[in-house]
Amino acid sequence: MKSKVKFGIGAGIIIVTLSCLAYVGAQQSKTYYHTISEIPTLSAAALHQRVRVAGDVKAGSIQHMSGHVDFVLLEQGKGLPVSYVGTDPLPDTFKDGAQCLVEGKVKPDGHFEAETLQAKCASKYEAAPGQAKPAAPAAYSSDPKSKS
Amino acid sequence: MDLFGSYALLLAFALAIYAIAGGIAAVITRRPLLIKSARNAGFAVCALIWLAFGSLVYLFFTDNFAMAYVAEHSNRNLGNLYKFSALWSGQQGSLLFWSFLLSIYVFSALFAYRGKHPELMPYVGVVLASVQLFFLTLNNFVASPFTVLALPGAGGVLHLASQVDGHGLNPLLQYPEMVIHPPVLYSGYTGFTIPFAFAMAALIGRYPGEKWIHLTRKWTMIAWCFQSAGILLGAHWAYAVLGWGGYWAWDPVENASLMPWLTGTAFLHSVMMQEKRGMMRVWNVWLVFTTFLLVIFGTFLTRSGVVSSVHAFAQSSIGTWFVGFLIIIISACLIAFLKNRDYLRSDNQLDSMISRESSFLFNNLILLVACVAVLSGTLFPVLSEAIRGTKISVGPPFFNRVNIPIAMFLLFLTGVGPLLAWRKTSAESLRKNFGWPLIGGLATAVIAVAFGLREFYVTLCLMLSGFVTFTVFSEFFRGARVIAARTGSNLISSAAQLTMRNTRRYGGYVIHFGMVLVFIGISGQAFNQDKQMEMSPGQSASQSLSRSPGVGGAAQAGLYNQGKPAEMTTGSVMTIGPYTLHLQNFDSDQQANYSSERATIDVDKGGKSVMMLYPQRRFYPSNEESGTMVAISSTLKEDLYVVYAGRSPDSNLPVIHAYLNPLVKWIWLGGLVVVLGTILALLPNRQAVMVMSPAAESSPILGGDGRQPARASISARSQLPKDNV
Repeated sequence: MKSKVKFGIGAGIIIVTLSCLAYVGAQQSKTYYHTISEIPTLSAAALHQRVRVAGDVKAGSIQHMSGHVDFVLLEQGKGLPVSYVGTDPLPDTFKDGAQCLVEGKVKPDGHFEAETLQAKCASKYEAAPGQAKPAAPAAYSSDPKSKS
Repeated sequence: MDLFGSYALLLAFALAIYAIAGGIAAVITRRPLLIKSARNAGFAVCALIWLAFGSLVYLFFTDNFAMAYVAEHSNRNLGNLYKFSALWSGQQGSLLFWSFLLSIYVFSALFAYRGKHPELMPYVGVVLASVQLFFLTLNNFVASPFTVLALPGAGGVLHLASQVDGHGLNPLLQYPEMVIHPPVLYSGYTGFTIPFAFAMAALIGRYPGEKWIHLTRKWTMIAWCFQSAGILLGAHWAYAVLGWGGYWAWDPVENASLMPWLTGTAFLHSVMMQEKRGMMRVWNVWLVFTTFLLVIFGTFLTRSGVVSSVHAFAQSSIGTWFVGFLIIIISACLIAFLKNRDYLRSDNQLDSMISRESSFLFNNLILLVACVAVLSGTLFPVLSEAIRGTKISVGPPFFNRVNIPIAMFLLFLTGVGPLLAWRKTSAESLRKNFGWPLIGGLATAVIAVAFGLREFYVTLCLMLSGFVTFTVFSEFFRGARVIAARTGSNLISSAAQLTMRNTRRYGGYVIHFGMVLVFIGISGQAFNQDKQMEMSPGQSASQSLSRSPGVGGAAQAGLYNQGKPAEMTTGSVMTIGPYTLHLQNFDSDQQANYSSERATIDVDKGGKSVMMLYPQRRFYPSNEESGTMVAISSTLKEDLYVVYAGRSPDSNLPVIHAYLNPLVKWIWLGGLVVVLGTILALLPNRQAVMVMSPAAESSPILGGDGRQPARASISARSQLPKDNV
C-alpha cells in the first residue's frame, strides 16, 4: 500500500508539472481562427493575438509591392485586405481565385498582416468533365505541411 | 474488367457478414463444422479483397481513365513505380489499401492458428471480420475506388466517358520514399488490429491465463516495428521533399501516427508485468483497446478534415462513418470489460518503488501523458470551440514544452529499468549495477560541457544517452562474460550467443540503443541555422551549364576565392556555418512529366570547393502543381540542406534557402537500428542444446540452424525443461 501511495505522489508531481508546461506552451503558441466577417468585430485585445483566416483570393487583387504582396481575401462576399510580409516566396498555387490560408495579425487600421500563407489551386479538379464530385478530398499525405 | 473489382468487394462484404454471423453461431453452438465454415468465410473475404486490389492495380497500369479514381490520380507519363503508389494517393484507394493490408494480417492470423485454440479463435475471427466489415462498407458504399466516369446523355442515359489523360499524381508524392512510406505506416496501423482482436476475444470468451498475450506478442511487435519505421519514413519524406528544413511539425497527420505508437510502446512494456507477475491485466487490455481506437481515430483524423490544418482543405462526409465506428468500438470495449472485469484481477501488488515494476509503471504513465498531450494539442481547435466557442490552435511550442521533458524522463527510465530487479532492488545491487552507466553518463555530460555545450536539454539528453548506452553495453558485457567464462569462447561470440538465447531481451536492448541514436539526432535541432537570400548567378544564364561538377566547380571556386564575391559579376555568395555557397547558374529542363528549374550551387568549405548541389523546382503540367527537390548533403555531423525556393517576384532572381541541420542523420540511423533490433527480438530463442554425455562437451554441437555451435552449460541444461514447456 505504501508503494502505491508513493507512486501516486510521483505520478501527481509529473502530471502537474507537465500540465503547467502545457499551459505555458499553449499560451505561447495559440492561434485564433476567425472568419473574415468576424475580423471587424474583434476587440482591441485581439490585436495582439495570432489569427488565422481562410478565404479565396479576389481575382485581379494581387499586387506585388516591394517587400510585401497585397491582395484581398474573399469569403461569403466579404473582403479582407491582406498584406503578406513573410520571407518565404509565394507558393505557385497562389493565384487569382485560389483557396488561401493566412496567419498573422490584424492591424489597427483593419488590414491583415500575414506572416505565413498557404494556397491551393481551387480549379484543380473542376476541369474534369462529368465527374460525380466537384472536388475530390485530397489524400491525407498529399498536402504540404505547415511551416509554422 | 473495369467493374471486376467492385463485384469482388461486394462479395467480400457479403461474406464478411456471414463470417460474423457464422462465427457468433459457432461460438454459441460450438459445432466444429460451423467454426470451420466461419473461418473459411474469413479466408474468402481476404482473398476477395486481394482480387479487388489486384483489379485496381491492373486499372492503373492499363491507364484506364474511364475510372474516376485512376483519372484523378494518374496520367500516361507517370512512371510505373508511381502508378503503383498512386493507388493509395487518394481517399478511396487508400481505404482499399487499408482493407488489403488488414486482410493480409487477418489471413495470416487465421491461417497460423487454424485448428488451434478452439476456445479462442472463433471469437478472434468474429472481431477481425467486424473490423473488416467496417472498411468493406466504406470500400463498397462510401468511397468506392471503382466509380466509372459518366456523362449524362439524352433521356437521362449515362454515357461512359473516358478521359484522354489523367490529372496526374500530386508531385509531392512523386518521390521514391512515398512509394514505401504509406505501405509501411499502414502495415503498422492495420497490424494493431490483431492484438486488439485477441484481447477482445480473450475478454469476451473469458479465455484463461495470459495466453492471448503470448499469442499476440509477436504480432504487436511486427505492427510496432512497421509503425516506427513508417513514422520515421514519413519524417524523412517531409524532410527531403517538403523543403522547409524540418522533419516534424506536430501536424495532425503526424500526431495521428505518433499516438498509437506511444500507447503501443507502453503496451509492449507493460505486458512484461503481466507475464512475469500477473499484474496490470486491466491496464493491458485497455492499452490494446486504446491503441486500436487511436489507430481508427488516426485514420479518421487524416481523412475527415475535422482538424483544421493545411489538410483542412479536404472536407468529406466520411468522418461520420468513422465517428460511428469509434462509438461502436468504445461501447463494445466498455461492455466487454464491465461484464468480464472480474476475470482480470491482478495476482500481485507493487512491492517497492525501486523495482522493475515501478519503472514500467512510470514508463507507461509518461507515455500515456505524452499521448494525451499530443491528442489534446491536435484536437485543441475542436475542444476550444466546444468549450469556449472560439477555435484556437496550438503550435509546436506547446508540443515541445510537454514532450521534451517527457522524452528525457523516458530516456532516463530506459537506462534505469533494465538495471532494477523485479519486486525489490537492494541497495547493494543498485551500487553494483548503476556504477558504470552513471559514470558513463556523467562523463558524457562533462565532455559535452567542456566542448562548450550550454543548452540545458541537449546536455541532459547527451548525459542520459551516455547513461543508456552504458547500460545497454554493460548488460551485454555482464551476460557475455558469464558465457565466455563457461565456454571459453571470446566475448563477442559469447555476446552473440547470449543474444540468440534471449532474443527478446537483447533485441529490446538494441531497440533502446536505436532510440538513443534517434534522441541524439533530434537534440541536434537546437543548433539548426538557416538563411535565405535572392542570389544572382555567377555566370550569365545563357552560358551552357558545365554538367561535370568537378571541372566547373573547381574553376569557379578558384575564381571566387580571388575575386570579391559580393560583386554582381561574380554572383551572390551565402555563408552558413563552415560552408560558402556560390550560385553559379540556373537553367531549366523539360521532362516527359514535368519541367524543372535548377540552380547549380558550388559549395566551399575552408576555401576549397567540396561539392556541387543542384536544388530543383519542378512544375507538373498535368495537375498544375509544383514541387521542390531539395539538395541535401548529409554527414554524421550535419546536413547542408539547400532549397530552390522560387523566383523573387521583384527581381526575378532565384531565391535560395539554405539550412544547416546538425546530427539529422543519426535519426535515420537510429531508426534502422530500431528496426534491426525488433527483427532480432522477433527471432525465436535458440535453445542451448542439451549435451548427451559430458564427454561430448569438447566437440561443439551444432545449434538449430548450424550457424553457430551452441554448447550446453549447466544452467542451460537446467533451464531446458522449463523453456520447452
